[in-house]
Parts: sequence; structure tokens; C-alpha cells
Amino acid sequence: MPFNVTSYFRQEMLPHIWCPGCGNGIVLRDFAVALEKLNYSRQEVVIVSGIGCSSRAAGYLDFDTVHTTHGRALPFATGIKFANPGLKVFVIMGDGDASSIGGNHLIHACRRNIDLTAIIFNNHIYGMTGGQFSPMTPRDKKATTAPYGMIEQSFDLCRLAEAAGATYVGRATTYHNQLLTRLIVEGANNRGFSLIEAVTHCPTSYGRRNKMATPTDMVRWQKESAVLIDRIKEGRASLQEGQFPVGLLHQHDAPEFTAEYLEVVKRAREK
Amino acid sequence: MRKPIEIRLMQGNEACAQGAVDAGVRFFAGYPITPSTEIAEWMAREMPAIGGKFIQMEDEIASIAAIIGGSLAGVKSMTATSGPGFSLMQENIGYACMTEVPCLIVNVQRGGPSTGRPTAPSQGDVMQARWGTHGDHPSIALSPWSVQETYTLTVKAVNLSEKYRTPVILLLDEVIAHLREGVKLPDPRKLKLVERPRPRGGREEYRPFGGTMKEVPPIADFGMGFNCNFTGLVHDEVGHPSNSPAVTDRLIRRLVGKVEYDRDQIIHWEEIEMKDAEMAIFAYGCSARSSVSALKAARELGMKVGLIRPTTLWPFPEKAVEAAAARGIPLLVPELNLGQLVLEVSRVAAGRTRVRPLSRVDGELFTPMEILSALKEGF
Repeated sequence: MPFNVTSYFRQEMLPHIWCPGCGNGIVLRDFAVALEKLNYSRQEVVIVSGIGCSSRAAGYLDFDTVHTTHGRALPFATGIKFANPGLKVFVIMGDGDASSIGGNHLIHACRRNIDLTAIIFNNHIYGMTGGQFSPMTPRDKKATTAPYGMIEQSFDLCRLAEAAGATYVGRATTYHNQLLTRLIVEGANNRGFSLIEAVTHCPTSYGRRNKMATPTDMVRWQKESAVLIDRIKEGRASLQEGQFPVGLLHQHDAPEFTAEYLEVVKRAREK
Repeated sequence: MRKPIEIRLMQGNEACAQGAVDAGVRFFAGYPITPSTEIAEWMAREMPAIGGKFIQMEDEIASIAAIIGGSLAGVKSMTATSGPGFSLMQENIGYACMTEVPCLIVNVQRGGPSTGRPTAPSQGDVMQARWGTHGDHPSIALSPWSVQETYTLTVKAVNLSEKYRTPVILLLDEVIAHLREGVKLPDPRKLKLVERPRPRGGREEYRPFGGTMKEVPPIADFGMGFNCNFTGLVHDEVGHPSNSPAVTDRLIRRLVGKVEYDRDQIIHWEEIEMKDAEMAIFAYGCSARSSVSALKAARELGMKVGLIRPTTLWPFPEKAVEAAAARGIPLLVPELNLGQLVLEVSRVAAGRTRVRPLSRVDGELFTPMEILSALKEGF
């Protein structure tokens, strides 16, 4: 049977609220394709999101969905997964949601290595509030709260997640959308905490202020800035100033939280 | 594991934890904070063996988020904290009100504001329990005066939370939480437990936020196949976000209304020596204990003093004050704060009788003598 993407959406919730030219729809479609490939039943999937443009994605999908408070999607998801480990829990966050207000929850979810799959829509800006800088706005770029250019260092969330203990870390862009689907599938199959950064584009609030006014400009920027990690590893490419690697960036085995808790139950019952 | 019926010397915090588990709580998330920590420690020790979940989160915001998550998965859930943590939880308490997710929040009150006096008793969070989160919202808060009552009110708090699909706050006083008293634990199998309403029909007719203004709509557990959307945004009966004035008005009025319409079922207070009372003390929690001693001393002196002791602080027990005000009985309201619940007492008394606050904020309890002195001084 051919893949019917619309069957994954709550039709009555559409059209979505995103601006013309927004990249979030591409990420959302890639996610739906990944869910199709994963072949989970409709009732075992839970999608949790925070607050921001990208977090509206949860409401569009036809599963058990929770649109939580700003930055707190991961502890909500932790509660859901821990209470019922049989559920497949995905977490959708934006860059501000995950790395700023929710930064502490992110590192602790990584450290616990709880079996969640987090997809972070990185558009480098607070879009819903109109274009303020986020911790992932690149240096020197402009935002409404950085009208003279960003002077702070930006986070590399993938490296942060790796250092904090996440067992599967990958990055793709809306240009590399088949890669994105592959990473989401692999992340979901990883028994532990998986973080997938999806670089998306916001021409309205980010691109227009930074000489990338059209969606095409922004996707071109992604194509030129992203370097496949496999090519770097094979020595066929190297990262230049302003470039970032995409692909599977990190993977390791470690005990998963809900599985470890079963060990606690065993010890408590033996006592 | 405990025996079916047991008399035990217990601390208030332990009685709270035992009551929660007996009421069916099987999910606890928390963060260490004095003077509530014993509840988390008890849960960490006991939950795994009884098929429950314990998790220590990275902070109090994460703790309440996790218990809302646990409850969405269908498990009765709770957290325990004190003033600073209770402040941090406020946003997500509003989220639980808005999305109608049952959960129990225990706040073992300590001196504030800010870090305040972590080991000193206070009743300074009474108004925060009512108005702590932003926007109009329902509120149920209970306050026990003994270790025994901590057990029974914890069971009641869990039941109310399930019945009304709303967060319930148990306001413990530090001295009750750390007090050790004999407690008679009832047979847990004979406790009357309440389960949240769950949907009976199919997905098509399911309205997780529907029903009349007085009804509590059913809630499906995640994984049951109802594929619901929960959002802190204003939402319609199905759960879709809405900017409609009519939808907004209906939702906010229903959220508050489902508790307000049933306030007589929720509210409980006790009256001591009120029949012939010519003046009365209105007190709750540990202040009611000092008040009983003051009442006895006053009666020995021939003063006709009564006591009204609410265990439900929110919704405010208006009828308790109403009856006293109608008889023109002046009310003394001792609180370990600078006058919080006394504002409600005065509002209901509406000038028909005199209402006098009595405050202590030095981290010490009321002595019976100072309450007696206040009664002698008059109103």
C-alpha cells in the first residue's frame, strides 16, 4: 500500500499555523515517514511537545499528544514513559525550548538515558514571539533582541547531548530530509535517550534579518553549511568556518533508565 | 508491607506517604527539600516493591511535570515539596488545572518568603495554594491538624483529585509533618477509593473536555487508543486549541464551576463547643491544636468559647463562618502568617460580627496562653 501521509494527521486541525516558507512542515513530514517505517500501532505512540512554533506539531498528529509548558516537554515525557514503559514516546521541541528554558531538563534526560526520542527543530530563532535570539542563534547573526548582532556563543546541542550521556545523537536539515527520516527511525530503535537535531528554516523571523530572505536562500545555506559526517570521517571533506556536520554523530551503549528501575524493583522485593 | 489494620507510631510525613499509597498512588516524582524530604525517602524505599514508581527529578518544575505525565499514562501520581519548590511548581499546577489531569501536590509549609526558615513552621502558603498559578482556576486545598488526620486527608485529597480531574493541594504544617503520634491505619481494602471517570463509548463520541458546566468529563489513559490532544492553550471539547470567545468563556467557567458547584460535597469542618458559644476561634492545622487548649482553659474560666476547625481551606468553608456570623459570634482567627484566611472569614462575616486576626511569623507556634489572652482582650 502506498504511504498516505495525511493519515497521520488530524485533518480538522489543518491548515497549520506556520508561515509560508517555513521548514517545519518538511520536518513533520519526515517524522510521519519515519513513523510509517517504524510501523508502530496508533495507540502505542505518544508525542509530547513544549511551547513554540515547532511544538504546535504535536497537535497536528493523530496520536495521544501533549502540548506542555515552555521547556518542560522532557520531564512530562519522562513521567509518561516511566509510568508506562510500553509506550513509544517522542518529544518535539524548538531550539529555544530545548536549549534555553529547558536546557537543564535536556541534560538530565540525556544523563538518565531514558528511552525517549527527542526531535529538536532548530530554526536558530524564537519564531513565535517574532524573532528574538536563542542560545542556538549563530554568532554575529541578527535578531530583534540582538539588533547589532549576536555576541554570545551558540550551543552545539549535539555535542552537549553526547557529553551529557545521550546514547544516540544525530543531525540533519530540511535539505537532507531523507537523512532526517533515517535518523528518527534509528533514534526510535535505540534503547535509550536519542536526540535528533533537525535544522529547519525560518525565513520570516530569521532569514529576512540575515540576508536569506527566501526559503530557497535558507535551504541553499543549509546545503552549503552542512557536511556529511561520513565524508569527514573518510577524509573526503573537512569542516570550514561556519559549517556543521550532519549524520549520525554519536552512538554508544549504556543502561536505560526504565530497564534499570526493574533492577531496583528486584532488589526491593528481595529485601 | 503493612498489616491490614495497624496502630503505629508515625511521623506526619510518613502518614502522608502511607495514605497516598493506600489511596492508590503508584507514581511519585520529587526533589529533596526540607521539611518534606521524608515523603520522598519513604517513597523511594517502598514504591518499588509494591509495583509503584519513584523518580527523583532534577528540580521541582520537572517533578510536577513528571507526575502530570504519570497521571496522563493513567497512574495516580503525586509530588511533595515545600515553599520554594511550591513556588516553582505553580505554572504546571495551572497546566494540570487547564488540562484537567488529576494529581496530588503536598506542600509542607515552612517559613518564607524565599529560603526563609526551612525548619520552622508557617502557614504562609494559604493564599498561594488558592491563587499561586496565573489565571482563574479551580482550587482544592486541605489542611490536617494531626498525624492521624494527615493520613485520612491524604486519602481524601487523592480521591478528590480523581473525582474532579484537578490537582489537589495538601497543606501540611512543618510541625505536623515532623510530629510523631499514634496512628490507626485502616484496612486499605476497605478504604473508599475514587477512580477518575474514564470514557465508555468509542473514539468518535469521546469529548475529553466536554459535558455540562457541572460535569467532570471522562479522561482516557494514554495508550487506550483514544488519541487525545492535551494543551495548556484554551481548547474546545475535543482538545483543539481555540481563540473563540465563546469556547474560552465556557472552558474557564466550567473548570472553576465543576469544583464550585460541588463545594458542599468537598468542604468539611469540625465544630467544638459551638452550641452555646458566645465567641469562637476559627483555626486550622497546628494553630487549631493550640486553640483547643486555649478553649479548654477559657471554659474553665467560665468563658463560652467555641472552635470552628476547617480541614478544607479551599474552596473556603463559607457556611461555617455564615452560621457563626448569623448568630453574631465574634471570631478570633489565629494563623502563622500576617493574616491570610482571615480575609475570607471577614469577607463572609460581612460586618455582621467582629473578626480579629492573631498572627505569629517568628517561626514559633501559638501558645494556648496567647490565644487565651486574645480572647480575654476581646474583639
